[in-house]
Amino acid sequence: MLSNSVVYAAPAMPDAARRAELIRMVRNDCGSCHGIRLTGGLGLSLTPEALREKPDSALVATILYGRPGTPMPPWQGFMSEPEAEWIVENLKLGFPNVKSH
Amino acid sequence: MLNRINFLALMILALPGCSNVPLRGTGDLGVVIERATGSIDVVETSGRSVLGKVTGLGDLSHASVNYSRDGRYAYVFGRDGGLTKVDLLEMRVVKRVMQSGNSIGGAISQDGKLVAVANYTPGGIKVFDSATLDQVADIPSLDDTGKSSKVVGLVDAPGNRFVWCLFEAGEIWVGDFKSPATPVLQKFKHIGKEPYDAMITADGRYYLAGLFGEDGLALIDLWNPEAGAKQVLNHYGKGEQKLPVFKMPHMEGWAATGSELLVPAVGRHEVLVIDENNWQEVAHIPVHGQPVFVVARPDNRQVWVNFAFPDNDTVQVIDVQSRKIVQTIHPGKAVLHMEFTPRGESIWVSARDDNKVTIYDSETFAVQGELHVDSPSGIFFTHRANRTGL
Ligand code: HEC
Repeated sequence: MLSNSVVYAAPAMPDAARRAELIRMVRNDCGSCHGIRLTGGLGLSLTPEALREKPDSALVATILYGRPGTPMPPWQGFMSEPEAEWIVENLKLGFPNVKSH
Repeated sequence: MLNRINFLALMILALPGCSNVPLRGTGDLGVVIERATGSIDVVETSGRSVLGKVTGLGDLSHASVNYSRDGRYAYVFGRDGGLTKVDLLEMRVVKRVMQSGNSIGGAISQDGKLVAVANYTPGGIKVFDSATLDQVADIPSLDDTGKSSKVVGLVDAPGNRFVWCLFEAGEIWVGDFKSPATPVLQKFKHIGKEPYDAMITADGRYYLAGLFGEDGLALIDLWNPEAGAKQVLNHYGKGEQKLPVFKMPHMEGWAATGSELLVPAVGRHEVLVIDENNWQEVAHIPVHGQPVFVVARPDNRQVWVNFAFPDNDTVQVIDVQSRKIVQTIHPGKAVLHMEFTPRGESIWVSARDDNKVTIYDSETFAVQGELHVDSPSGIFFTHRANRTGL
């Protein structure tokens, strides 16, 4: 019962296959501006240290809707809100690497 | 006894230089960046093969390469600020310096003696002796208010000069490095909002910077620098809704066809045709997605175009005379770069997410070969060594 309510409270987690896609997307497509190591480039650094003080909701909004007037584009056409939340959560923890083949 | 003689003979053969590198030229060599693993593959275009791998080059997510004028050494610029000098013949790292926290690309001087690196943080350029990688100059990108800018669009220009842009400040700086330790700077201010990349025409005369923050391009005629920077194509796109840009277009390799330039539009599914005499847009060619690279075949008859996410599985070929798309191909997932062989009979195309480089006949579009490369991005052949701006 208890574990059930925990599951309900958490945002819908992307499944493993989708997570792998999101990881690849963040490392590569976000990485083209933020660096494959996410330490910054044209875009800001997205490391845990850089994001620690920033509220999740603002970061999620930035990802989904972009920042008008800056090169940061909106990604809402390519991911859902829970997926953006999952990305922010993991950016703050230290983002996983693409599994090598 | 016989064995011993054989052994001695082998010893003698193996001795000179203690290296087994057969004699060969470098004109058909190149490198392919393996973006995810921080390594490069050394390739050759005559037999279309991978000769070997050099590892330990750091973060190569936006790596670019310049060549020494003898085509033997590749200077690899990594995102993490690493500058690595690689010997293509011995396939080893000669020297590696961590020169800043974050860099975006570099350039080699006309005389081949200096390698310059463009940095984001802290912003500026650093200049190194190309033989030793000892630093010879450090030029921070501080504007009049003392604020630092990211440096983009760094190229070499005739007269042993380097030219670069300050992204935030909106300036173009020209540095004359005839005396490398005491460079002479010329600054062009208010050239436009947020130059994000730049190119120099193959003759080294015109420097063009793409602007992210507004429409248009900033142009400097390096034969007549006193005329200052001017903005061209100002009205392009005014009043129309811009599409978001998922990957910044590149200006390097912009197709200069003699009298016309073919350039990627920012945020639009178009390639623009610009008349080089009056810098007016004379046509725009609708294409499959947001163009990233627009590269001319060496004969300038056709240009190849790749696209930003999510259209990055496609490449289109435009016939310059008719301005028509003559071919659409699908080289794989996440096509990042295209490089013609020195005289353009073939083109190598990297598909990052399919871990392959495909080689096409540039006339028939037939596949001539395919190489397995881990997460390939940039492809750079040594004929760049002898080209201004590359
Ligand atoms: C075309 C370049 C570009 C791409 C691609 C890009 N970004 Fe950004 N991003 C930027 C820029 C530039 C900024 C800084 C905007 C500003 O100046 O406020 C930014 C800001 C951000 C921020 C806010 C950081 C902060 O400290 O406030 C987040 C989070 C972010 N990006 C995530 C992403 C993610 C996730 C992706 C991929 C799904 C992505 N970005 C792709 C350019 C890009």
